[in-house]
Amino acid sequence: MRLAAIRTAPVVLALASAPAAALEAYTVVGDAIPAPLGGKVGDIERGRALVLDRTQGNCLICHHVPEPNEPFQGTIGPDLAGVGARLEAGQLRLRLVDASLLNPQTVMPPYFRNQGLRDVAPAFRDRPALTAQEIEDVVTYLASLRTP
Amino acid sequence: MSAAGRALAIVLLALAGTALADEIKPGSAFLSPQMQRQQEDEARNPGWLWVEQGEELFDRRDGTTPACLSCHADPRQSLRGAAARYPQVDAASGKLINLEGRIEQCRVDRQKQPAFGYESQELLGLTAYVASLSKGVPLSVSAEGAAKPFYEAGKAFYQRRQGQLNLACTQCHDRLVGQKLRGDTISYGIGTGYPAYRLEWNGLGSLHRRLRACSLGVRARQFDYGSDDYLALELYLAVRAKGLALEAPGLRR
Repeated sequence: MRLAAIRTAPVVLALASAPAAALEAYTVVGDAIPAPLGGKVGDIERGRALVLDRTQGNCLICHHVPEPNEPFQGTIGPDLAGVGARLEAGQLRLRLVDASLLNPQTVMPPYFRNQGLRDVAPAFRDRPALTAQEIEDVVTYLASLRTP
Repeated sequence: MSAAGRALAIVLLALAGTALADEIKPGSAFLSPQMQRQQEDEARNPGWLWVEQGEELFDRRDGTTPACLSCHADPRQSLRGAAARYPQVDAASGKLINLEGRIEQCRVDRQKQPAFGYESQELLGLTAYVASLSKGVPLSVSAEGAAKPFYEAGKAFYQRRQGQLNLACTQCHDRLVGQKLRGDTISYGIGTGYPAYRLEWNGLGSLHRRLRACSLGVRARQFDYGSDDYLALELYLAVRAKGLALEAPGLRR
């Protein structure tokens, strides 16, 4: 039902009420954010580094990626091998930005959100887990994973 | 759906709930067989070093101060099962206290000595010792009466999303148990092994230290040791683990 609402009326999350760190605005169309955040251009290698880094994306805590030198990988989220063939860049972007827009029960954290969160640790307060540039880097890397 | 259908659905849901509760397993169930054996071997589980230190403190008199043993004679009998009833509401103050809190209360009010402080080696030792006296005793903590509002607060804490990663305890520890987080297996979040010797710490630590690590993991505010928030959560976890045997000092990864 929520998905249908998003589909029929594209939502602009301007985050106008954010006091200090207003994030780049984006438009949701269907289950995607078609336009790159802030018009940034992603970089595959930076995206790969963010995905693997335990202090940044730390994606491997929950996901499997095709990286034979990474022995300990999570089993919670979908396997990211071939995810670039299954989803468009805009669909990947929405799932990284805030997957709860698609599924309110999701266990996937929002990586580009700084509002409506409770008891955030001081070091992470008011800022998103990843910047607009970093989201674009990760989108570009994931879009390149085309082999299942 | 017909009324009969709804009634049947309710019965099936209730049965499913019971089955889930019965399946809850302690943290040790997620260890390798080698580590399970190590936990059970007092000579190879480093947590017993703290138990021994705690027993020494328990027996020791500081000047004119009565020892713990002065009141709690024959602790292997008199205190067996005591740890399995914490956290509980302190009748005098109306506050929820855990085993650490009760030991500190004795230290300050009855022994007239300065508190050891949460996570001090002395308090960890005494807590581990007193908890070890209830090894194998089923956890039996009340969520009723005066404890009810604390239980409800702990349950709400467990169920609400928090931190920059916006996750609730229940999302992993009820719905994703057995799945892998990197190399670790998600457990039910049962505290019956605490204080526990954790390899990651290279030492013994309290349940609240473990909870602080969870908070950090979801990039949430780390509440203070002994804070109302963690005490209420400890109560909820203990009620949820009702009937599971205490296994402190546990051995954890």
